[in-house]
Amino acid sequence: MTLRIRQRLRRGDFTLPVDLELPSDGITAFMGESGTGKTSLLRAIAGLDRHEGEVRIDELCWQDAQRFVPVHQRELGYVFQEDNLFPHLDVRGNLDFAARRSGATQDEIADVIKRLALQSLLKAKATQLSGGERQRVALARALLTKPKLLLMDEPLSAVDAAFKASFLPQLKRLVQELRIPLLYVSHYADEVAQLADTLVLFRRGAAPISGPVSAMFTDLSLPLAQRSDAESILEAVVTGYEANYGLLRLQTDARLGVLRVGGDELPPGTPVRLRVMAQDVSLTLSRQQDTSILNICPVTVSAIEQSSDSQMTVLLALGSARLLARITRKSADHLRLFVGQSLFAQIKSVALLH
Amino acid sequence: MLAPEDLTALFLTLRLALLTTVILLVVGTPLAWWLARSQWRGKFLIEALVALPLVLPPTVLGFYLLLALGPRGWFGQLNAALGFEPWVFSFKGLVAGSVIYSLPFVVQPLQDTFQNIGQRPLEVAATLRAGPWDRFVHVVLPMARAGFITAAMLGFAHTLGEFGVVLMLGGNIPGLTQVLSIRIYGHVETLQYAQAHVLSAGLLLLSFVILLSVYGLRGRLRLWR
Repeated sequence: MTLRIRQRLRRGDFTLPVDLELPSDGITAFMGESGTGKTSLLRAIAGLDRHEGEVRIDELCWQDAQRFVPVHQRELGYVFQEDNLFPHLDVRGNLDFAARRSGATQDEIADVIKRLALQSLLKAKATQLSGGERQRVALARALLTKPKLLLMDEPLSAVDAAFKASFLPQLKRLVQELRIPLLYVSHYADEVAQLADTLVLFRRGAAPISGPVSAMFTDLSLPLAQRSDAESILEAVVTGYEANYGLLRLQTDARLGVLRVGGDELPPGTPVRLRVMAQDVSLTLSRQQDTSILNICPVTVSAIEQSSDSQMTVLLALGSARLLARITRKSADHLRLFVGQSLFAQIKSVALLH
Repeated sequence: MLAPEDLTALFLTLRLALLTTVILLVVGTPLAWWLARSQWRGKFLIEALVALPLVLPPTVLGFYLLLALGPRGWFGQLNAALGFEPWVFSFKGLVAGSVIYSLPFVVQPLQDTFQNIGQRPLEVAATLRAGPWDRFVHVVLPMARAGFITAAMLGFAHTLGEFGVVLMLGGNIPGLTQVLSIRIYGHVETLQYAQAHVLSAGLLLLSFVILLSVYGLRGRLRLWR
């Protein structure tokens, strides 16, 4: 199950070669500064712009040397950054526009309306909706095209923070339940950390590279791990709940101890994603007993890299998971850190990403 | 109050304006679409040609049309060779002249409208499985509604007031080529000011009402801008 993308993107006076093989399930984020080709590649995949290359999704070929399937014959859904909705139609009319052409049934329309809570908006015109509502309608309409691939180009760039916070978990759940692969363009690491399984990182003047999101965020050779707010993403499973303290018990790897995170109760077995800031991780040679820090894990040093005059970034193996620690160079010397060393990571704070 | 000849001229004028408008909508839409979308460098040549009737004295336009359509002109000779009725001093000649004369009044508002709609709604429609024709009919046409109404009304109103082209091309044949403006001229020449007044005031009122509708509608139909 792969998405094969080879494109020679013409960008002004130079050509950006793209050669990617992405999993055709789950969520893939395109991240990078503006002007690095994220949107151009998304448009090329959709067929909105034509460059030389190849686009295949599993057995389906949308473009190769011989053919170029026009946009309207590709089974995809596309949500633009803005101006998605037809101004001459109301919300219901916009949804019907898609449904009529994809053959979606009344039941399917009703289902999408319910999932995205659009009942009260059906008669409204695009101009009467808030930015967030417009994007919700655009997503619903894209889903009604019954896409084999969903593409979203910075859909949250014009909405408020509150909407963003509620929309991302909803989007993630939706594409998981409907089993639609999603390509999501963003230039915010927090959106990507929350949503993506795979990350395609766009860099100025260089070909984009891809990998699992947790590995990409913690790769010391990439700029993501060198940011002042570098972070690690851990996948964990709920194993219990300490009701008297309001703490969830989580397990990241079968061999390792539990992590405790404050939050509402979730049923055991629920998969969750955790974010740990590199600067919230400190290292000790022995396991501290007299400390307020709850989460102390045995780790092994995988790599060490100097990030600034005073700071080092340390990549730690926590079982099969990867964890970054940002410590001072003085501390690194003091602990005599070396690759392969076993020590303990004290995690001061863990954020639960839904 | 209106003599039968005045009524004949009135109906002839309305018929001419209506037919001209319909033809211009059919011909002008693809032309305006092309002008709005084309990336061709020489496009400005066509744009200037389309705009020419705005500034050209109608008599000049009528003069060249007379030369081309007349028995010695290339079109007139071809037409005669094919065995058709001549175009000069005929209603169809007036229609041909009017179409050229009012062309910019229909093409320019349409071109503006198509440009304002932009590329995005068409791209959106394509991602929703709408093919090129589907996109035009179900996205462009409804979104351009105000533009079409404006174009039709301007084309109609402008043709109503046509004088120079008609005079050069069609002359003054009652029931065939004698339109309102020519009739008014005739009344004035024969010092029948009362009749001239009635027809002139009528034409003034009609033109004003049409323009009122154009500008009034523009505000209301642009809800989505």
